[in-house]
Amino acid sequence: MNLTLKIWRQKDATSQGKIVDYQVKGIEGDMSFLEMLDVLNEELISKGEEPVVFDHDCREGICGACSLQINGEPHGPDRLVTTCQLHMRKFNDGDTIYIEPFRAKAFPVVKDLMVDRSAFDRIQHAGGYISVNTSGNTIDANAIPVNKDDADDAFAAATCIGCGACVAACKNASAMLFTSAKVSQFALLPQGQVEATDRVLAMVNQMDEEGFGNCTNTGACEIECPKGISLENIARMNREYLKASMKG
Amino acid sequence: MSILDSKIPEGPLADKWTKHKNTINLVNPANKRNIDVIVVGTGLAGGSAAATLAELGYNVKTFCYSDSPRRAHSIAAQGGINAAKNYQGDGDSNYRLFYDTIKGGDYRSREANVHRLAEVSGNIIDQCVAQGVPFAREYGGLLDNRSFGGVLVSRTFYAKGQTGQQLLLGAYSAMNRQINRGKIEAFNRHEMLDLVKVDGKARGIIARNLVTGEIERHSAHAVVLASGGYGNVFFLSTNAMGSNVMAAWRAHRRGAFFANPCYTQIHPTCIPVSGDHQSKLTLMSESLRNDGRIWVPKRIEDSEAIRAGKLKPTQLAEEERDYYLERRYPAFGNLVPRDVASRAAKERCDAGFGVNKTGEAVYLDFASAIQRYGKEKALTSGMHNPTADEIRELGEKVIEDKYGNLFQMYEKIVDENPYKTPMMIYPAVHYTMGGLWVDYNLQTTIPGCYAAGEANFSDHGANRLGASALMQGLADGYFVLPYTIGDYLSHDIRTGKIPTDTPEFDKAEKDVKDRIEKLMGGSGEHSVDYYHKKLGKIMWNKCGMSRNEKDLKEAIDEIATLREDFWKNVKVPGAANSMNPELEKAGRVADFLELGELFAKDALDRNESCGGHFREESVEQSGEQKGEALRDDKNFKYVSAWEYKGEPKDAQLHKEDLVFENIELKTRSYK
Amino acid sequence: MGGLIKSSIARKVAMALSGLFLVFFLLQHFTINFTSIFSADVFNELSHFMGTNPVVQFALQPVLIFGVVFHFVMGFVLEIKNRNARAVKYAKYSGGANASWMSRNMIYSGLVTLAFLGLHFYDFWIPEMIHKYVEFAPEDPTRYYPELLHKFVSPVRTGLYVVSFVFLALHLWHGFASSFQSVGFNNKYSVAATKFAKAFAIVIPLGFIIVALVLHLNHNH
Repeated sequence: MNLTLKIWRQKDATSQGKIVDYQVKGIEGDMSFLEMLDVLNEELISKGEEPVVFDHDCREGICGACSLQINGEPHGPDRLVTTCQLHMRKFNDGDTIYIEPFRAKAFPVVKDLMVDRSAFDRIQHAGGYISVNTSGNTIDANAIPVNKDDADDAFAAATCIGCGACVAACKNASAMLFTSAKVSQFALLPQGQVEATDRVLAMVNQMDEEGFGNCTNTGACEIECPKGISLENIARMNREYLKASMKG
Repeated sequence: MSILDSKIPEGPLADKWTKHKNTINLVNPANKRNIDVIVVGTGLAGGSAAATLAELGYNVKTFCYSDSPRRAHSIAAQGGINAAKNYQGDGDSNYRLFYDTIKGGDYRSREANVHRLAEVSGNIIDQCVAQGVPFAREYGGLLDNRSFGGVLVSRTFYAKGQTGQQLLLGAYSAMNRQINRGKIEAFNRHEMLDLVKVDGKARGIIARNLVTGEIERHSAHAVVLASGGYGNVFFLSTNAMGSNVMAAWRAHRRGAFFANPCYTQIHPTCIPVSGDHQSKLTLMSESLRNDGRIWVPKRIEDSEAIRAGKLKPTQLAEEERDYYLERRYPAFGNLVPRDVASRAAKERCDAGFGVNKTGEAVYLDFASAIQRYGKEKALTSGMHNPTADEIRELGEKVIEDKYGNLFQMYEKIVDENPYKTPMMIYPAVHYTMGGLWVDYNLQTTIPGCYAAGEANFSDHGANRLGASALMQGLADGYFVLPYTIGDYLSHDIRTGKIPTDTPEFDKAEKDVKDRIEKLMGGSGEHSVDYYHKKLGKIMWNKCGMSRNEKDLKEAIDEIATLREDFWKNVKVPGAANSMNPELEKAGRVADFLELGELFAKDALDRNESCGGHFREESVEQSGEQKGEALRDDKNFKYVSAWEYKGEPKDAQLHKEDLVFENIELKTRSYK
Repeated sequence: MGGLIKSSIARKVAMALSGLFLVFFLLQHFTINFTSIFSADVFNELSHFMGTNPVVQFALQPVLIFGVVFHFVMGFVLEIKNRNARAVKYAKYSGGANASWMSRNMIYSGLVTLAFLGLHFYDFWIPEMIHKYVEFAPEDPTRYYPELLHKFVSPVRTGLYVVSFVFLALHLWHGFASSFQSVGFNNKYSVAATKFAKAFAIVIPLGFIIVALVLHLNHNH
């Protein structure tokens, strides 16, 4: 199939960017979206132009690096997939596809379609851990039984890949789904209880400082999340936060 | 006498590690504050090492090319992590895990290292649970185990099909705690381009800031390389796009010996290549072979018809199919080890029986399993005379419960429903057992330069068992390296900060800049990927699943020619002093072009078949095992450690003899 | 409390709580209005009570006004913050693909409701205040129904009233159910609670519309 691509090009963080049109030909349905961009880039290189820069790494939907806003949706029109696992068979010959970076004030553009998501890392630094030393003599793993449902819910929250689709999809660029996934994982486990109060306060505080918007419960994040992280996590974080605030 | 000293402690096998820990030097806490350590790579090994070293009090700098440590490719590991906990009470022990790992590695790894790995395996699980890693649990709230890869016990801990992700996020959270305390400084989107040696010791690195293109100097008292494996030398592999050998190779060029480069694990159950555009391969858990039957058509005409799209696999009757693994290996059938299954698939496809449009795929068929489970389910749910459709539906449900996420992934990629039509699979490069040579302390042949995880060669011999990579990465990072490195650093307590304004750093930086300039100055005929794909083709065809002298010799010449062409004609657009992914790729491919040649040279030297390395000249000539891999313990019971001498073809071989005092060497048989 | 309201979650909870309070007020308001189509006397009696009871007038009324003002001021503050959180807009944004129109346009449904509130104040509340506290006119417990009827004479005003309540329904459709999530209520009862909230969002505004139409038609007969 032949496609028209409308791609955001931006030299670096400080430059102005703009949408540039490209034509690609001979795209096959079996190609992933990123392989389609590889085709474009090979062509640009052969013409002596700079290829389009985008984040990607594992190309199997788990590292969370790829991050394209495709036709107005993060990771494109398919559900429960990252851009690297979106296949071109979801598009038709002659389609025009808008490709933009994930947009948020807290995610400044690095170059072209690549953005800086270190705000997510800083939220994690603030409290996304359990303070336990790597001494090798922690108590035996089976000394802490965990209710299976809680363990399963904690796992479901922990599958977040930190791609930022939730922020990109949200009309307010809110990072609540991401932050709540991590808060939830620990809130659901007995090991995480000890520091629960400090953790949720510190992580929410950092989230706010990064300049993400406020959650208005539109639910767009849950729909667009490639890992299907549930909105329940946000409700849980709201509860945890209120509880922690009351404690002071 | 070899110049290699593996520094294996004296004493009985089971006491070596404890005794070693008790006798090595320690650094007192006040002095640790004055010591810097660089960790390159933030996967399981690097992330866990960085967190632990920082926790001990060292000042740690981490480097990774991704935008966050959390994206290292350890994250993609699916199946699980082994540990000799014996929670299932099925007779597991440290010794059994040790034994299975040595045997699985086809007797090409060090006894002492592997035993230590088994000893600390239980600690890893304790540690991860304490960190909040959500492993799968049973209804009683205790940890669940699954069995894996042909061993006789259930010792694999898992978190659905995302064990690597969960463990990496655990290590990353431990890192976060130290970053928050200011003990780790994380340099993300940075790539190590060279190792700096001062007075023969590793004292720093030259790194490129991938966002600004700036070349930076970083000094430390020791450098830990945990930069993963080099499977991407094949271009197509299950590795991440950015996975590369640069850090290890730069260290090799500076004097670190490279061990067993030819040991590569080729995983049998990957989704086949769909065309020339393919950029990487996707693995599907090997657990699928528990229920899937592997076959190709018996008649070559049927294969041709299938490839042309004129025939569907479901139209072929049972007697028209060749279940070649069941035919060749009646005892193990579809559950033969990874290397055997991979070679058998290649053999059929090379003979013209392959099935998808590229001819490089075999079927993995769940129809019998669906029937079997369906009938069983119908019986247990009290259905009398169920219809064929009902049986099928029930069976599909059972399969979905077991492998639903894998089937869904397959359908997304291939666009075929694997419940209705057989899956197609083909082997793909997955893991590299070779790596930097290290001694018992994980130190390379450069003092102060350590290697951990997949980047070193130490624990898996010629073949790695399933669910052991995660174990080794975390063992090295959490429990081995932080102790052993102290022994070395205890001599550095009076050294003070390592300055970076020295001639050694000047020289290293100049080398790096010259190299970048040279890469940018190619005539501009072909893109980096063009060369990478060509290299991959040579590697796959001549150094792949089965190897012979003629092919390997050709590969050595072809790679050398390709490398020369690369340096003359590669085209790298953009500028060196700004973000430039093509330049990053060019540097990595340049190193693969050297490693590839050494790889072939090593494979040529090792004229035996062992583990993942199969030499067509070394097969059983008679008896039941006729045609199967023939290991040669008399001549090849050693580790090949290669010393850099300029061109890869000039590399000098050093042999470390492997001594087996606790295990009897046996032939693997799956007939 | 000052520190609490600075965080995004606190603001979100405050929006939810003030919204829930207004929902409750709406229900009470509707109950009284609804009596007008059955009995002018009951309506007069209830209105008289509300208009003269000191607790209602001097305790509940200020609280209500505070609730209203807080809700819309905070709404504006959040809207501005949220717009700033994405400085560069998407060239193409498919909001409809993953979120309802109602949830994405609370500011507009809210603004229409606020404008209506202005009209409503102009129509009822300001005359009422002047009547009671400026002119100190003598209380006539039967004046309420005729006054009410008088306001729905004009078809234009009645039309505006109807349109406004359609927007209020859209606002409630997302707002009411979403307030549960905001205060952390998301469990096995959530599906039922959401259904109730969505039913409320339709039934109550529809009720107001019916009252308006009935009064309009009554007068013209």
